Amino acid sequence: MTPAGRRADQALTGSLDGMNETGAPLVEVTGLTKRYGDTLAVDGVDLTVLPGEVYGFLGPNGAGKTTTLRILTGLIAPTSGDVRVLGGAPGQPDVLGRTGSLIESPAFYPYLSGLDNLRLLAEYAEVPRRKVDEVLELVDLADRARDRFSTYSLGMKQRLGVAAALLKDPELVILDEPTNGLDPAGMRDMRRLIRELGSDGRTVLLSSHLLGEVQQICDRVGIINSGRMVAEHNVEELRGEQELVVRAAPRERAQSILTDFLGAGAVHQYDETLRVKVQPEKAAEVNRILVEAGIAVSELHSTERALEDVFFELTSEEKADVG
Amino acid sequence: MLGSYRAEVLKLRKRSAVWVLFGAGLVLSLIFGYLLPYVGYATGDENPQTDGVPRGEILRGMLPERVMDNTIGGYPIFAGALALVLGAIVVGGEYTWGTLKTILTQRPGRGTVLASQFLALATMIAIWVLGIFAACALCSIGIAAAESGSMDWPGVTAILEGLAGGWLVLMMWCLAGAVLAVAFRNVALPIGLGVVWILGIETLLAGVVSSLLPDLDVVSNALPGTNAGSLVFSVTGMVAADAPPGVRDAVGGGRALLTLLAYCAIFAVLAVWTTRRRDVT
Repeated sequence: MTPAGRRADQALTGSLDGMNETGAPLVEVTGLTKRYGDTLAVDGVDLTVLPGEVYGFLGPNGAGKTTTLRILTGLIAPTSGDVRVLGGAPGQPDVLGRTGSLIESPAFYPYLSGLDNLRLLAEYAEVPRRKVDEVLELVDLADRARDRFSTYSLGMKQRLGVAAALLKDPELVILDEPTNGLDPAGMRDMRRLIRELGSDGRTVLLSSHLLGEVQQICDRVGIINSGRMVAEHNVEELRGEQELVVRAAPRERAQSILTDFLGAGAVHQYDETLRVKVQPEKAAEVNRILVEAGIAVSELHSTERALEDVFFELTSEEKADVG
Repeated sequence: MLGSYRAEVLKLRKRSAVWVLFGAGLVLSLIFGYLLPYVGYATGDENPQTDGVPRGEILRGMLPERVMDNTIGGYPIFAGALALVLGAIVVGGEYTWGTLKTILTQRPGRGTVLASQFLALATMIAIWVLGIFAACALCSIGIAAAESGSMDWPGVTAILEGLAGGWLVLMMWCLAGAVLAVAFRNVALPIGLGVVWILGIETLLAGVVSSLLPDLDVVSNALPGTNAGSLVFSVTGMVAADAPPGVRDAVGGGRALLTLLAYCAIFAVLAVWTTRRRDVT
């Protein structure tokens, strides 16, 4: 289990310092629906974000991610369903004061500098001005803080958006595609920043297209497709059991030896290979047993599924169902 | 609320378009209040511009005693149009830049944000009115000194009434621009519609009603521009013959004041109501 995963488990039992003692979800969405005329943008979504976890919210373009996040921040009203954020209704001043968000593209006043943009947000949010300097340092924008927002690159705009989200020292951070427009170094820094937010005990709800990143950063993920939640699991659960692929000759004898070693049901044949249900770190041992038995092993690798595989599997199944 | 107000003032203070509009209003006031009349006065009776108007009268119109006429005489029409543009760009800009979502995800509620915006606009318009007054006062002092004219000033009450009336006229048009911007979630369309209304349609309507449909003057007398002109006419005490376009005694000063206050309230409430009800997409 990842450190972040352990945090989420601790959160469930309320054992993490400074965290919601009851482990009650910070975001609890039940049967959320949003309709625009004949279009059902969000269709009965259930979603739960636990205290202290980094939650990945995934889905193809137009799946309903941003609509859901806008509902969570009170920007749009749901058609039906129950939504609780930090124990209150979305958009209430108390809830907004404890939530930092970056929804879709960062939007700031182009004629103001980054510094002035954050200063005025600090005024709205009633946070001390020193926080502005702190968050500018945090996103590595202090050097360009006095330049106009309109002169910023896409990556700088994105970083300013993240700085704005962190201005209130929020308990819950909602980030919608925060790595959009960032170069590889910027993406790495953003990943690190999100990890730090998580390890500080903050709860992060992250929407991203970069599935590799989500796999690295997030404890749990929810996958939405065509407005419907198709999965919500721990990342490891979602990726499923890992297997070893073994190509060996003679195959029948290799299967017999491995079955004796690992037990019935652990080995099955798939095309020209054997699939062995065993952790990847046992690969060397499997190889040794086969070689010592005089079996020629020509291929041996792990079939660990990436989150990306799961994502495409779930979203394409959904499409097929809909179609 | 105070934090939101300070944020709004910061936004207005640092926006060059706001100062361009203020500058345009000020320059137009000086051109039509002092520069053109002074050129007419200085070039003598032979000039066609002074046809029928004695030079002494032209000079009197530029002296300190008539400073309020020149300060707020243009408010119902041209400065009103600029104030409408101000309201439209400030509120409409939040939609075109997408910044509405940014400020609405901070702490204050939608009503508070909009109320702060209106309060900040009211503050800036007060500064604008005072600026135009100061510039007009300086011009009138200069002309009085140069032409050995009278240095008599209107009473303090008359000045305060004039400034407050002028502020109310501009504020009403500014809120009209703001509510149009909320309705259309845009900048260009509210400006186009608003300016066409102020500069063309309302004047046209008033003309048609007075010449062809006198029984419908109850409608034209309820229009914002008519009441703006009547309030300015009332607080300046100018004579009908000297009144600039849009300034006339259509309804009494008291009724004009109440009507303008009602328009301000309606525009503000409509803007807040719409903003609170609507999704921010």
